Amino acid sequence: MHELAITESILEIALRHGRSAGATRITDLHLVIGELSSVVDESVQFYWDIVSEGTAAAGATLHFRRVPARLVCRACGHSYSPRQALPCPACGREDISVAAGEEFYLEAIDVTSEEADAVALSETP
Amino acid sequence: MTQRVAVVERILGANDRLAADNRARLDAAGVFSLNFLASPGAGKTSLVEQTVSLLAGQLRLAVIDGDIATSIDADRAAAAGATAVQINTGGECHLDAVMLQGALDQLDLTAIDLLIVENVGNLICPANFALGTHKSILVASVPEGDDKPYKYPGTYRGVDALVINKIDLLPYVRFDMDYFRRGVAALNPGLVTFPLSCRTGEGLEAWLDWVVAQVATGEIARG
Repeated sequence: MHELAITESILEIALRHGRSAGATRITDLHLVIGELSSVVDESVQFYWDIVSEGTAAAGATLHFRRVPARLVCRACGHSYSPRQALPCPACGREDISVAAGEEFYLEAIDVTSEEADAVALSETP
Repeated sequence: MTQRVAVVERILGANDRLAADNRARLDAAGVFSLNFLASPGAGKTSLVEQTVSLLAGQLRLAVIDGDIATSIDADRAAAAGATAVQINTGGECHLDAVMLQGALDQLDLTAIDLLIVENVGNLICPANFALGTHKSILVASVPEGDDKPYKYPGTYRGVDALVINKIDLLPYVRFDMDYFRRGVAALNPGLVTFPLSCRTGEGLEAWLDWVVAQVATGEIARG
């Protein structure tokens, strides 16, 4: 249920970076979401259409890059997916660390800079 | 013409910054704080009650209760002897740093040694939102089942201490303590763990000793 707060945060970050790049319109957002970060793409997309309305990022396309979770065994260094098992499949030890899957950030935005759009961006919150 | 702008900014960065503000505020006032996480019904409020009523003689306690609705939990904490503030999240599944900031405004922080924040009952979302509290405590309970560490690794990985509540029910419930602890050890090696029962009082003493020691360590760290 916290995707609304998350989506508002995504919008705020995108608009801020769009402004400082002198952009007038944001057309695409590239998000990186780790498998373990419990965020639902569809839910973010649903809220996006609502919160972005009337801003310079209205109607922008959201691109989700999912990063699969990867565990590393602290004992033997073996790297594996948590879907296999929690204990290390190589040595059976249960001392693991998460090497990937917790990412949750906005990687980049695609923007356009046109005079006609300038008004739209200056009016954004 | 379309142009790519590199951003690379954490989505929850704003919450993290506010959490840091909350922490600085608590530190400045000399308040040590705990964030209680658990699924609904694990016994967070019972642990709050026990902790408050048994430590009220030696520490000045406050409780901030997060719930979707009602002030039942804050009322229970107040009855046990704490200054209590209720946050109704109105449907949000977790507390965040902004909500805690608002609750801190309602307390006289200079009159508090230990602040307990009781998060919304949920093993998923609260783990993603830092509040600025000093330590996170996960309250697990025997009837929930022994597979919870495996199912909610994010929460089990991020906490500083684990309470296993309702151990008085062990004879009646299928709960393999070994299997449970192996899952915990894999995710959070060396995690300090307190098996206890809020109902019978068994194991509470070790928990209370740890809390008191944490408060004292916090004081030393602040000078």
